[in-house]
Amino acid sequence: MNVELSILLTAASVAIGCSLVGTLLVLRRMSLISDAISHSVLLGIVLAFLATRDLNSPWLLVGAAAVGVLTVVLIQLLLGTRRLREDSAIGLVFPLLFSIGVILITRMAGDVHLDTDAVLLGELGFAWMDTASVLGMDLPRSFIVSSAVLLANLLFVTLCYKELKLSIFDAGLAASLGFSPLLLHYLLVSLVSVTAVASFDAVGSILMVALMIAPPSAAWLLSRSLAQMLGWSALLATVSAVGGYYLAVRIDSNIAGCIAAACGICFLVCWLLAPERGLVSRWMQQAEQRLLFPAQMLAVHIANHEGRPEEPVECNTENIAEHMHWQEQFAREVIGYAQRHRMLREQDSILRLTEEGRGIAEKLMLHG
Amino acid sequence: MDGVTPAIRVEDITVAYRENPVLWDVDLEVPPGVLMAIVGPNGAGKTTLLKSILGLVRPAAGRVFIKGEPLSRQRRLIGYVPQRSSVDWDFPTTALDVVMMGRYSELGWFRRPGKRERELAMQALERVGMTDFANRQISQLSGGQQQRVFLARALVQDSEIYFLDEPFAGVDVTTEKAIVGILKELRERGRTLLVVHHDLSTLAEYFDWVLLLNVRAIAAGPVATTATPEMLAMTYGGRSAYLMKQEGGDG
Repeated sequence: MNVELSILLTAASVAIGCSLVGTLLVLRRMSLISDAISHSVLLGIVLAFLATRDLNSPWLLVGAAAVGVLTVVLIQLLLGTRRLREDSAIGLVFPLLFSIGVILITRMAGDVHLDTDAVLLGELGFAWMDTASVLGMDLPRSFIVSSAVLLANLLFVTLCYKELKLSIFDAGLAASLGFSPLLLHYLLVSLVSVTAVASFDAVGSILMVALMIAPPSAAWLLSRSLAQMLGWSALLATVSAVGGYYLAVRIDSNIAGCIAAACGICFLVCWLLAPERGLVSRWMQQAEQRLLFPAQMLAVHIANHEGRPEEPVECNTENIAEHMHWQEQFAREVIGYAQRHRMLREQDSILRLTEEGRGIAEKLMLHG
Repeated sequence: MDGVTPAIRVEDITVAYRENPVLWDVDLEVPPGVLMAIVGPNGAGKTTLLKSILGLVRPAAGRVFIKGEPLSRQRRLIGYVPQRSSVDWDFPTTALDVVMMGRYSELGWFRRPGKRERELAMQALERVGMTDFANRQISQLSGGQQQRVFLARALVQDSEIYFLDEPFAGVDVTTEKAIVGILKELRERGRTLLVVHHDLSTLAEYFDWVLLLNVRAIAAGPVATTATPEMLAMTYGGRSAYLMKQEGGDG
């Protein structure tokens, strides 16, 4: 397989795998757990390595998952004492576990390729150099691992879709219905840990955190259901991975770093331009809202003078600003708003109410 | 024994957070077919009692029976409406979808809701007057509408015993009346309802039974004979009266 394709495939499968479990973390409001786990799993990897002396042993994944669960359990225990807040509890636990891992590496496994730099940054660029044979195909090892993890995550979110949705939205009801939110929670934590290990080689722990938080956060802005959010997350993660790779090639820089930057850009674009929840759309909604009450006043004004001798003067488009004591520009905006919302129409420079506008005015005059 | 198994029987429930008792030795029998309020001051343990009956809080002591059996065998009989503020209304989903969650226990693990669940959920939304909002995002609903959605979700559970935690908190008058109507209708159909309530002025109008709770169970029974001024004073003034007596003794 050629170099570019193997890098792209690896990056995309890591990105999608991360974004799926990341979506669940973001919705559970525990996205920082991904940061904690991405570091603390190092201890699990080191312990499993010291036991097996094999860097490719599947026990490394088991060890990582165990320490990931341990991280969350320790944080919960600290929180249970009610002596400190969640952010402090997270900040206490993972550096401790991570540092034990680092000390163990330097003291007992110094001769092995398990160096701390690679853990933080990873090197996607070398993905193609380490290959293994699967079904007669020579594939990059990190692609094999990351697509296996992607498959596991995909199975988890599709099989337990309804259970996950219920226990994230309303853990109390989930428990009272006999579903076990706690079991799902620890399954999720285990999968996040395994995903972290798979992502290490390829992208390092920092990019992993970016992929777990940024695409889901952007996806939330675009989604009306959990399924949509998972889909958007996966898509945005893939776009960031591919876009980031080409950016790195273009500016000759670290691939993982560029993918993380692309994640940030993706989020920024969605944050600004998402159709309903984006910043620009919010501004436009508020600007419209600003004109609603003046338009209602205008409707009442017209209703009061409609069909009377003074109508040609009072209801003349040109005179509205003067009679309502509005600025010319503002009056034009209000008239525009009222026409767009079918409250008024203009006939020979005279404003008349539509059926809808008359209804609105009458209701306002009745109820105040 | 009068021969009627209580819908809910609570025996000597004590719940403590770090050795501070939140509930002290509470006994309670709820006869079947009543609409019962739990009232008491803030911090009286009303929500905690509800949660310990539902097995969501582990009591330090005591037992709970649902129609004479432990909870684990009776889950199917139970419907639960948590406090509206206990969930994240920014979750990306629709009103209809939330109501369908009430059918999940019937479906069990892994099975997806289908056409039948959708129909039942639409019927429940119609009963709470929310048909037009079925496909609305839950984040766009008002407080009263959110509470109606929660009630509809309990309705599709079609349970025998309902637990509701402050269903009237922060809702408009119309919604409050609508909810009361449905609770009474459920009682007419023989359901049992246990409701955490905080408004004494509507107690007699809405409920027929009441538990007065202030860490201990002060009294329980029909509203007319239980919620007497003396008993209410004991429930709401009990703590301060007790403290004043102590201070008086010291001085």
